[in-house]
Amino acid sequence: MTTADTPAVTSGRDYAAPLVGLGTFVAFLLVIEAVIRIGWLNRFIVPPPSEIIASFGNLFTEEHIVYRFFFTAGECFIAGVLVTICGIAIGVVMQRYSLLQRACETWVAAFASAPLVLTYPLFMVIFGRNAWTIIMMGFLSALPPVILKTIEGISGTRKVLVNVGRSFKLTPTQQFWKILFPAALPTIFVGIRLGLIFALINVVGTEFLINFGGLGQLINDLAERYDLAGTYAAICFVILVSVLFFMGLEKAERWLRPVA
Amino acid sequence: MPPDAVRNDAILVADDIVVRFQTPEGPITAVDNVSFGVKPGEFLSVIGPSGCGKSTLFNVIGGLLNGYDGIVSVAGETISGPHKSIGMVFQEESTFPWRTVTDNVAFPLELIGMPKAKRVERARNFISLVGLDGFENRYPGELSGGMRQRVSLARTLASEPKILLMDEPFAALDEQTRLLLGDKVLQIQQELKQTTLLITHNITEAVQMSDRILVMTYRPGKVKRIVEINLPRPRTSEIVGSEAFGRYVAQIWNDLREEANRGMRDEEKNVLRQEEQAL
Repeated sequence: MTTADTPAVTSGRDYAAPLVGLGTFVAFLLVIEAVIRIGWLNRFIVPPPSEIIASFGNLFTEEHIVYRFFFTAGECFIAGVLVTICGIAIGVVMQRYSLLQRACETWVAAFASAPLVLTYPLFMVIFGRNAWTIIMMGFLSALPPVILKTIEGISGTRKVLVNVGRSFKLTPTQQFWKILFPAALPTIFVGIRLGLIFALINVVGTEFLINFGGLGQLINDLAERYDLAGTYAAICFVILVSVLFFMGLEKAERWLRPVA
Repeated sequence: MPPDAVRNDAILVADDIVVRFQTPEGPITAVDNVSFGVKPGEFLSVIGPSGCGKSTLFNVIGGLLNGYDGIVSVAGETISGPHKSIGMVFQEESTFPWRTVTDNVAFPLELIGMPKAKRVERARNFISLVGLDGFENRYPGELSGGMRQRVSLARTLASEPKILLMDEPFAALDEQTRLLLGDKVLQIQQELKQTTLLITHNITEAVQMSDRILVMTYRPGKVKRIVEINLPRPRTSEIVGSEAFGRYVAQIWNDLREEANRGMRDEEKNVLRQEEQAL
């Protein structure tokens, strides 16, 4: 039977993995709840999951969580767009000019592992205590993985695909847009995913440090008030931002490179 | 140098090709004074043992390799790079995984700016020609290795090259698929009267499809003999069972055996030399 003849099979098994995953998570919460109630874990350090769930309502009514959620998500989005445009462009230029690549790749890699969040006072001097400081911190921390993965993706394009382009007498621009870039896209997206992780950490971290903006500031406030259940509940919204970005990124990748 | 009769008739001429490479062990001559011509509509195969410079010759004729001595010309025009008259099919899988079968085949038509509706229609004709009807909207990842090679072949044919240049296109496939795809290539070649130059190490494949076979020596790759294949056309893979086919295979193997042996001994020496150097 050829691939074309293979019927699409749908069964209950399609739902098995998500259901088992959800079940495992619920079981984990129940175990934590039990361990805290028995007294093996101090409830003043780790709040019971039931209290965290109960504090969600307070976040909506008292803490403007929806506004803060969109504020942080917006900062991450702008940082993500900037890093995608600039990171890919810099990566392409570095890959194109081997001297530049040899000269700067190590610096970029070193930049990736540097604790950039510590430079926030400098950005506060430049941009002030506002969203741009936060966005720039997110942007800069996300830049190295996007640059490095763009270089890796383009350099790793299979030689035979480049030769196909040459055999069709493609111009360098056509070679880039029709072969190199689409071939490199999966690797570039790995870089963007990594970059977004760094961006989100730095955005929330900078909000926390400068006590400005969305979820980071809220987590700071709640921690200062020693509202641990609220702090953990707010962290859940940070995770939600991350999940939404990853889902969006996956959609974008499928749209740009719809490989079955 | 090819005989004048061949040179005058030929659409593709390789004249006195010499390719040398620098290696850590010193310069080696990969291809040495290779000359031949391919007549319009002819199916010529170049066969030789591993390391005889077949793929180097493919790159020279396809314009992917510079820095060689000699001349390659198409219809009298000397070429010095990829030429629009030469369509190449590669040994490695070369479909674009991000494009559907139709978009892969339409690729050369897209490059010349053909309107979408027209190029899709044209692409579908070539998809049909290679027997992939029903798979137009599939991605290469959903196809078998043989089907992907047919997509590559259709993509090259869509550019309507005067000369089809193939480098062991079925090397990665099993023998049965290879024979059946050989049938398909023969059928297409006869339908389109396509001038074809096939680089291969497979004797059966070469005899099944060719009008002439150019046998090369092991390094440095020289022309050892040119064998005319006088088997009836149209041919199919059924011909592999015939006595005449067997005679051609035996004749070519007699030519190649000594060369293949030399290649094997050379490889063994290289391994031992590398081991000594490592010690």
